[in-house]
Amino acid sequence: MGLIQAPTPSVVSVDPVNSEGWITTRLDFLVNWGRANSLWPMPFGTACCAIEFMATAASKFDLARFGMERMGYSPRQADVLICAGRVPYKLAPVLRRIWQQMSQPKWAISMGACASTGGMFDNYAVVQGIDTIIPIDVYVPGCPPRPEALIHAIMMLQKKVMKDRMSDTAAREEMEPDPTSQLYIPPSLINTLSEQFGNSIPQTRSGQ
Amino acid sequence: MATKRTIEVELSTTGLGADGKPQRIPLVSGDTGGLALQAPPALEPELEGEHMLINIGPQHPATHGVLRLVLELDGETVVRCIPHIGYLHCGFEKIGEYRQYNQIIPWTDRDDYLNCIGNNIAFAMGAEKLFGIEITPRCTVLRVVGMELSRIASHLVWMGTTGIDIGAFTPFLWSFQERENIYNLFEGWVGARLTTSASRVGGMAADIPDGWLDGLKAFVRTFPKTLSECDRMLTRNSIWVGRTVGLGVMNPEEALNYGLSGPMLRASGVDYDLRKDFPYLDYETYDFEVPVGVHGDVYDRYLVRMEEMRQSVRIIEQAIARLPDGPVNVDDPRVILPPKHKATSEMESMIHHFKNVMEGPRPAIGESYVAVEAPKGEKGYYMVSDGTAKPVRWRIRPPSFVNLSAIPKMVEGHLLSDVIAINASIDIVMGEIDR
Amino acid sequence: MSGFTVIEAGTAPGLPTPATPKNVPHRGGDANPSAEALKAQFGAAIARVDVVWGETNVTIDSARALDIVRWLHDDPSQSYEYLSDVTAVEFRDRGMPIEMIWHLRSIKYRRFLRLKAPLATGQPLKISSVWSVYKSADWLERECYDMFGIVFEGHPDLRRILLWEQYAEGFPLRKDFPLRGRFSRAEQLRQALAANPEARYSMEELSIADAFQELPLDMRARIRGGESTGE
Repeated sequence: MGLIQAPTPSVVSVDPVNSEGWITTRLDFLVNWGRANSLWPMPFGTACCAIEFMATAASKFDLARFGMERMGYSPRQADVLICAGRVPYKLAPVLRRIWQQMSQPKWAISMGACASTGGMFDNYAVVQGIDTIIPIDVYVPGCPPRPEALIHAIMMLQKKVMKDRMSDTAAREEMEPDPTSQLYIPPSLINTLSEQFGNSIPQTRSGQ
Repeated sequence: MATKRTIEVELSTTGLGADGKPQRIPLVSGDTGGLALQAPPALEPELEGEHMLINIGPQHPATHGVLRLVLELDGETVVRCIPHIGYLHCGFEKIGEYRQYNQIIPWTDRDDYLNCIGNNIAFAMGAEKLFGIEITPRCTVLRVVGMELSRIASHLVWMGTTGIDIGAFTPFLWSFQERENIYNLFEGWVGARLTTSASRVGGMAADIPDGWLDGLKAFVRTFPKTLSECDRMLTRNSIWVGRTVGLGVMNPEEALNYGLSGPMLRASGVDYDLRKDFPYLDYETYDFEVPVGVHGDVYDRYLVRMEEMRQSVRIIEQAIARLPDGPVNVDDPRVILPPKHKATSEMESMIHHFKNVMEGPRPAIGESYVAVEAPKGEKGYYMVSDGTAKPVRWRIRPPSFVNLSAIPKMVEGHLLSDVIAINASIDIVMGEIDR
Repeated sequence: MSGFTVIEAGTAPGLPTPATPKNVPHRGGDANPSAEALKAQFGAAIARVDVVWGETNVTIDSARALDIVRWLHDDPSQSYEYLSDVTAVEFRDRGMPIEMIWHLRSIKYRRFLRLKAPLATGQPLKISSVWSVYKSADWLERECYDMFGIVFEGHPDLRRILLWEQYAEGFPLRKDFPLRGRFSRAEQLRQALAANPEARYSMEELSIADAFQELPLDMRARIRGGESTGE
């Protein structure tokens, strides 16, 4: 608890005899197939994207055909955290804690422009991209993304899950943030990522 | 051990009491400490044990968003409820001071995201008041159609999610299927399903396309059947009735004093609807009824909202019948962009286009407050102008914010599972509460 | 099951039929009759009455705000049973005071009234709370405090409501507060993540407070030193 672990670069041995044998590849495929087709989502729905997420789960677009109709509201029982909606700074520690409570293997989908980059809320209150708080696997653009877009993202995630290999131990290693800074990535990088984009002078000028 | 202790938690605020010390909220009060919170009733004195604190949220399937309720429980009974909000505070009102009037319209989609067109229209009405613009007859009728469709859409989400909270899953699927029909209509009109940004100052983003009215008539024909199916499933269902009757009662005077509005207020026996009492968009010329409940409980709120959906269908049918031809945007170059072919060929139109896009329309100095009957209650947009293109102050009067502030009063004495039902009946949307 | 007696709107005699306002002038027009009644009742405390776009704005002396609001609520000829909103406006011109705004509605008379009270910006912003008259002012005034820093005297529980209680950047809706906040994004993130999401209130706080005396000495020292339990 609270120990800093610098991420040790793991070496994935690609010894064709030991790690890519016939049994391990079949086992990998079986495990990944099981995981990819029953990704139980943890709907961290905050705003309008949550409504589109509910519409995706409803009958017309139907997440049940992906094995995802069982919503894991308890993070212990969920596989993929779908952050649907804008995340203000007050909600940031809650999101971090929910992510930490999920057990490996876990993935995260950042649904919508606000979760991915802060969206239209470039102001004092909103986290400019939840990838500054938790590691994200798939980003879905849109405000809100259509259900088809979310389904496309889920299928991308399924492809990513199928590429997992049990022999790759680094993939499921969880890096703990430095407790003195609480941040996963250095402050200078966070500031660069959150900088205003393009010619945004009219956006931050009041009055005229 | 049957003693109660008083544990005071110090607040880290500048709220100082009369003695100059920080104001404290007693956590478990043996005496009446604090003005807001009364001493919890001693329910079974001889069995009094320690009270339990349960934290619901902010991440929770049944809180309808990121709401945190801290409940002090005596066994299963709620003794006190302390709601915490702000987990979706995104600085709407601050951003409103940095955007032109037409640029604020996408933000109005996102505050109450279940009533997007309704919010767009309410804001456009407020801005048009500031500009002193009268909209065209066609726009007036189309706006009524938009608002009522939005009301139906919002009540459908409410019905589906309340059903899930209380344990009925099927109405959720039926209501979202009907919402898909409404989404198709919105998408055909303005291009977006949910966050429509449908209105502009002086008119609408677009006129309805050919054939849209046929789609609307088809919806109006099929929707009442779905509604009666949901009605048959829920209204006389003994589980539903048993879980909703008598919960969260607010009497009419309390309801007015707590500032409740919308179906919450009408279910408590106050016959007050902004469409009838402070009308807008010619609502006084439509023939519809406003349902009023007399018991003020969750069941009455359910009945009021179901009936409101039927009345909305009635209003839409009348609007279809009276839709006049003509332009949907007012012919005022101060606010409306010229048609594209003119903007690219005539110098005057090009200058108007440039000014309206780069600087934005500038109203006179003044202020306006427009309140509409949103599905959640009295939704108001108050904007103050100093003559520039961006408002000095943009205030959203959120109905769910004020409705939710009454929840400590409503859940006292009820069971834990009733808290979920009562919370669902308020029909909150956190985007509007926290802004 | 007997029910409540329904309160009807607009029960006062002689009220016009409600209609959509059309062709409202920018200034001038009929004022809300309550404005005259206020002038008669409170005299000098009513600084001015304006009718802008059909809405009556009554500017009052901020020291008499609670009296005026209470009279409007209690007096049967005014009967403003409903407080719609409490908010504030700060103008871009720094010389102007901050305006406190109350939106009141009378259900019986079908009237809408806006009260304004100026607050000078040089000194601490204070005004009396109207919570004792309208319970809806509870959260509305808390939000006003959170966004502007206006202290409401007589409010039972004045804490920040939309931002977390240890928020250090200031009061967001003030005009000297920049849109993107005062701190860098990394610093804002750091402060936000350091906040405890279970504060106010949790079983942990309670049980630690209870059991503190029974804990072993070194554990008491560690907890006093700020070490947290859990994740």
